[in-house]
Amino acid sequence: MLDIDLSDSPLSVDHCYGKVQDPSCGGICLFVGTIRNHSKGEPVVRLEFDSYAPMALKEMRRIAGQAKEQFGLTSVVLHHRVGKLAIGDIAVIIAVSSAHRAAAFDGCEWIIDELKKDVPIWKKEFRPDGSYWVNARP
Amino acid sequence: MTETPTIAIQLLCFGIARDLTAAPEITLHLRSRPDDPLTIAHVRKALLESYPAFGDLVSFAIARNEAYARDADPVVATDVLAIIPPVSGG
Repeated sequence: MLDIDLSDSPLSVDHCYGKVQDPSCGGICLFVGTIRNHSKGEPVVRLEFDSYAPMALKEMRRIAGQAKEQFGLTSVVLHHRVGKLAIGDIAVIIAVSSAHRAAAFDGCEWIIDELKKDVPIWKKEFRPDGSYWVNARP
Repeated sequence: MTETPTIAIQLLCFGIARDLTAAPEITLHLRSRPDDPLTIAHVRKALLESYPAFGDLVSFAIARNEAYARDADPVVATDVLAIIPPVSGG
């Protein structure tokens, strides 16, 4: 099972956890990415995510599908938030289940690494001295 | 001899690209010649000529029909193109 979503409303850990539960699985791994109040030594007060939604969903589906194949996962949930977020809000949830724990740990880590490389989503940090698109400038 | 007509190429702008162009979408007018058909490389070059500020970014990709495109990929007027600045999801 694959469940992919890009949403401007709050993400739910319970919902994602429930989706990957399966009697054939002995391990569920959850990664929850949250908004941090600092970046490279500077305070961050809030954050905004922009996305190219149709392409982002395609890339997220590709990554989730590849992870399922490559690691032999039973289910993969990949939800990403867009819009305005406050400190502590959830930006991303990855939930995966597998028969044994090693695949779940490895698959979950691989998915977040790939998401950060390829999915067209952009983070703008708001600091007391201005706002910055993350990774854009050298 | 008639001049090759220009093709209007629309580019969607996201993230910092929207700030640099001050628009959600821009149009570039490019020529596709029989001996030099239009590719992503031409679009990239024309974008940098019209908006030199893109040269200050770490990098940028161009998506064609919602997938990452290569410089050699052909471009036609009906393609949906988008500027993809360095991503920062997660």
